[in-house]
Amino acid sequence: MREITYAEAVREAMSEEMRRDERVIFIGEDIGVYGGAFGVSRGMLEEFGEERVRDTPISEAIIVGCAAGAAATGLRPIAEIMFSDFLTFAMDQLVNQAAKNRFQFGGQAMVPMVVRTPEGSGTGAAEQHSQSPEAWFCNIPGLKVVAPSTPYDVKGLLKSAIRDNNPVLFFEQKLLYRTKGQVPDDDYTIPIGKADIKKTGSDVSIITYGRMVQRCLEVADELDSRNISLEVVDVRTLNPLDRDCIVGSAKKTGRVLIVHEACQTGGLGGEIAAVVADSDAFFYLDAPIKRLGGLDVPIPYNPNLEAQVVPTREKIVQAVESLL
Amino acid sequence: MNIPNDLLLDMYYKMVQTRYFEETAARLFVEGKVHGTAHFCIGEEAASIGVSSALDQEDYVLQTHRGHGEGIGKGMDLKRMMAEFLGKQTGYCKGKGGCMHIADFSKGSLGANGVVSGGIPLSVGAALSQKYLKSENITVGFFGDGATNEGNFHESLNLASIWDLPIIFVCKNNYYGMSTHINRSMNISDISIRAKSYGIKGIALDGNDIIKIYEETVKAKKYVKKNGPMLMVLNTYRWMGHSKSDAQVYRTKEEVNEWKKKCPIKRLKAYLLEQKIADEAGIEKIEKQADNDIKEALEYSNNSPEPKIEDIFEDVFAD
Repeated sequence: MREITYAEAVREAMSEEMRRDERVIFIGEDIGVYGGAFGVSRGMLEEFGEERVRDTPISEAIIVGCAAGAAATGLRPIAEIMFSDFLTFAMDQLVNQAAKNRFQFGGQAMVPMVVRTPEGSGTGAAEQHSQSPEAWFCNIPGLKVVAPSTPYDVKGLLKSAIRDNNPVLFFEQKLLYRTKGQVPDDDYTIPIGKADIKKTGSDVSIITYGRMVQRCLEVADELDSRNISLEVVDVRTLNPLDRDCIVGSAKKTGRVLIVHEACQTGGLGGEIAAVVADSDAFFYLDAPIKRLGGLDVPIPYNPNLEAQVVPTREKIVQAVESLL
Repeated sequence: MNIPNDLLLDMYYKMVQTRYFEETAARLFVEGKVHGTAHFCIGEEAASIGVSSALDQEDYVLQTHRGHGEGIGKGMDLKRMMAEFLGKQTGYCKGKGGCMHIADFSKGSLGANGVVSGGIPLSVGAALSQKYLKSENITVGFFGDGATNEGNFHESLNLASIWDLPIIFVCKNNYYGMSTHINRSMNISDISIRAKSYGIKGIALDGNDIIKIYEETVKAKKYVKKNGPMLMVLNTYRWMGHSKSDAQVYRTKEEVNEWKKKCPIKRLKAYLLEQKIADEAGIEKIEKQADNDIKEALEYSNNSPEPKIEDIFEDVFAD
């Protein structure tokens, strides 16, 4: 085991998979010479060369479409979209082509591709560079959606995503890149579709993912000293959700709070709440299911405003208290 | 170029199969026997068969929604095509794709696409695979005049041009993007000049001259393997409306009739007779065979089972 950053974990996952399988290639804007907008792919061009690490023009639609076409014909591409906000340029290729290819052609092809993209707010990049759009993509059959929160999780899940024979959309919250964590030395994978209970507890289940996981763990520590026992469930995969884990936790504690930085309305919290409500956990609930998402506003520039439009520690604490 | 006689006869056969297939499908629609809509390529057979006849099985093609001809040209099984058309379990896509999404990956057909220009980026990816895996084969990405106004077209040509990919971008220009003539949708009249913007070669051909199209595709295949992408525009015309529900108020009957006089099938037939490659009896034999093939395909499809809802989740994901 050694301590590495989330960014290094992403780089290790990609590099190890590229060493392991020649069919894995990596394409995206400024990933080669520049080393990636967030430094994630530093050194990869030097190791793997221009055939396998390809800088592209600023053309998100063809980045994703080319990856899909290559995936359907024998390669296993990783495509990076520099900011999740720009997935909008690639929607047809991701949604109408990659996600539907296998089904609409009766199983003749598979599309083993990963689209990795930095998301989320906190860097002062404001409205068009700070969104958390993951919920939009959870309504598309044929597309898996993953959002890991730690170096250990991101490495294991990215390897699984690369080895998965389907299109996987992989969200990396930007502020997580510098966070550190223990990661094994040897090869390991984490299955897509499995949540992780980051802290067990008995009074309230917090179901969360991404940047909010760490914040919820800090709240859990704080509330421990007040004898309130929080269970923090890191969803990790947004589609397919680990229903068993989520429902199991809800049954155990009887109180559910869902926390995500993405805007509350239409956010994944609604889907998770429905999963709990529409299960036998409903009969074990001692309080209504509560969601705490980002405010329904575009991300503002001012740093104080930016910090306050996503769930803060105070708001999470208040939300927990409202359930007790 | 010396084209062997049996290849010319085969091209005639495939054009006739395409024509009869489309006519049969159109009739089934009128009879209310088919769900959804369909986009017929009647009149464009030379473009479909001329290009695909110059390709090997391992060369990839990606078709448009008006792509039954390219499929037939690539050797797809008429029975499974017709069965897919009728939504049957035995169809190429298990009845789940329908006529806009016919594909046969074993014959290099990576699928018809229901999104205008949607297949062009995929074709670039296919060519990237071929180059990366050091294949001897190339990719042909088909699209229409309307698609050349979509961002996908421009991004695709640009990327293919900088990565020197072995792809022939084939534009079947039938002058109309649904109801909109190209003189209303673009400021140029020769689509092939768009190749210049990407520093690649662009040519425009009579889209109803199958021999010329075949010859140029043979040359193009050699060219793109060595030099990277090129754009081939085939100027042709569809005799029927955009889709089955098109009243064609946007064009005149005179215009349609002018183009019918340039029928690519009649044209090749005249050539075959004139060059004594076949006689009237020989031609009739080919046409009868094609007619039989379509009848067999229809019978096969009518006798095929419907897909089951129990199998609906199959192929949403691969294992």
